[in-house]
Amino acid sequence: MSATGTTPAPDSRSAPEPPPAAPLDTQARGLRGYTSTLQRRMRGGELGPLPVVIGVLAIWIVFQSLNNRFLSAQNLSNLSIDIVPTGLISVGIVFVLLLGEIDLSVGSVSGVSAAVLAVLEVNHGWNPAIAIGAALVAGLLLGALHGIFFAKVGVPAFVVTLAGLLAWNGLQLWILGPNGTVNLPSNGFVSELTGTYFTQQIAAYALAVTAAALYAIAALYGARRRRAAGIPARPVSEIALRTALLAALCLAAAYVLNQYKGLPLALVIFLGIVVGSDLILRRVGYGREVFAVGGNPEAARRAGIDIATVRISVFAICGAMAALGGIFAASRISSASQATGQSNVLMMAIAAAVIGGTSLFGGRGSTWSALLGMLVIQSIASGMALQGVSNSVQFMVTGAVLLAAVVLDSLTRRTRRTAGRG
Amino acid sequence: MEPSGHPVLAMSGIFKRFGAVQALTDVDFDVDAGEVVALVGDNGAGKSTLIKVIAGVGPADAGEVRWHGQPVAIPTPAAAQALGIATVYQDLALCDNLDVVANMFLGRELKHLGILDEIGMEQRSRTLLQTLSIQIHDTRIPVASLSGGQRQTVAISRALLGEPKVVILDEPTAALGVEQTAQVLDLVERLRERGHAVILISHNMQEVMSVADRISVLRLGRNNGVYDAHHTTEEQIVAAITGASDSAALRRSTRAATRQDAGARYGERANGEPR
Repeated sequence: MSATGTTPAPDSRSAPEPPPAAPLDTQARGLRGYTSTLQRRMRGGELGPLPVVIGVLAIWIVFQSLNNRFLSAQNLSNLSIDIVPTGLISVGIVFVLLLGEIDLSVGSVSGVSAAVLAVLEVNHGWNPAIAIGAALVAGLLLGALHGIFFAKVGVPAFVVTLAGLLAWNGLQLWILGPNGTVNLPSNGFVSELTGTYFTQQIAAYALAVTAAALYAIAALYGARRRRAAGIPARPVSEIALRTALLAALCLAAAYVLNQYKGLPLALVIFLGIVVGSDLILRRVGYGREVFAVGGNPEAARRAGIDIATVRISVFAICGAMAALGGIFAASRISSASQATGQSNVLMMAIAAAVIGGTSLFGGRGSTWSALLGMLVIQSIASGMALQGVSNSVQFMVTGAVLLAAVVLDSLTRRTRRTAGRG
Repeated sequence: MEPSGHPVLAMSGIFKRFGAVQALTDVDFDVDAGEVVALVGDNGAGKSTLIKVIAGVGPADAGEVRWHGQPVAIPTPAAAQALGIATVYQDLALCDNLDVVANMFLGRELKHLGILDEIGMEQRSRTLLQTLSIQIHDTRIPVASLSGGQRQTVAISRALLGEPKVVILDEPTAALGVEQTAQVLDLVERLRERGHAVILISHNMQEVMSVADRISVLRLGRNNGVYDAHHTTEEQIVAAITGASDSAALRRSTRAATRQDAGARYGERANGEPR
């Protein structure tokens, strides 16, 4: 009856002053403490982005050894744009997966939005920027509609969005009309979304350096405030190491992109959305609510969180992101057709989120997994295409990777349950 | 043990009916600062119903609730919280995927210009955990990886963040092992030392006898006595719960008590020989 924690602390009850907690925190012990924390977390089943990063590296090494054009600047530059449309949809999927739900309608919603954009701009002569806004609002409203049926009426999200998958596909065909394809002006505003490169070498390097510098400043400032508040903080050595890694990665990417046409605008937009949504999820009250509802809806409700509003808003975000993905898909081929958002766009978007490390079981994940997962999927597609392998093999390989990711998710989940850490 | 002045929470003549079932009939209950009142009774005796009345989840049909002597109404959980009543339910209502700090501040996050004030929240969490002598190595790991006892202590500390006057603990040790139960009971005693009024619901008589100051017994939705825990035997409480001077439960506990007495008197013999 003496100790108050799992590790016995002899005098914790009789001592008038509680024992200082700082020595218990491995974080405070410098780099060695950091690596031991990392080991502890990994044994506990918290792998973070490690498996998918290893996966990307392995895929790149394999395809480069098969064909030395794989890691060429041109191929990697195209790859960085090809991941954007489905990657944007996948960011929305991450939000829905964090709730522990699924949205099967994103492909159709992206198709509807592309159709709305193309018809408004080409057939009705709208200003492209306003047409893009209208397409985004259309996606937002369709997503919110799913959310209302799910959160207020209580229909399972799976069924609501399955109905959406069919219905919005029909809506897409109806909007496009009998021709089925609307071509966008090939040098127009929309096409330039994926066709623009910042050709000055300095642009890519400046972005890389700015990103690393912002990270370092934010991390150092946060660590200083934490130390001032007397709570464990990241040691400066660790921040320096992380900044160096980030800077090296960004500068390498900038160098490669500059070897071809420069920094693609689409990639900048995608990265901006990934970083922004990640900050919203981790640093803002709304993001905390999303994680709480995904982790334990009843606990969230009792804590005073309006879970219906959170659910509807998340589906609305997913719809808007699907719309944005549809806009970029239309931009990439300068047209909106009956095929936009069809075939396996939905499956790839969900697969990317899961391969990237977002849990299907809700409450765990990050929008970075949309980027990382799409890198895996698109690398496989690109490498297979370079080898002249048919789609059939490519789909089977991607399917196997998805299965591996889900198995890993289930296994780490089980490890987390059994690891009685702390 | 009648406290001087007005108790923090005093309820009298509480009635509650669910359809054909009269769940509570003319029930009185009170608890004062710095004391632990155990609420005991058989399954269906009305413990949970009474707790729900106090927590504002299921308001009473009739009866008077006084808060520091002033009549009040507790129509909603928010009203209970505003008064200073915190409830820790048996299922704890923790988000397994969130860390300790996030769970403690769930629904009332500290924010600075809309951005979560993680540093402020972590600091306050650590201070509170330290004053309660709760040892949690890393306040930034998901509560899924904590032990059952630690999860219970996190849930209780969360309830204490708002500095409530009354803390209701619903079966806090039901799912815990021996060591973890002891940790939670230590925490209950610390709550009393800090001047909280604690209402403890438990099925475990030994636990109730060891930690409670008073024991309020409910039977079939009515009061069946309030006992001073220090001057009452376990058998008396069991008798009050079962409502019989002769019942299977009572005979068992009397037998156990006799054995213990005999064992105490004839120390070695009791160990050696079966009776």
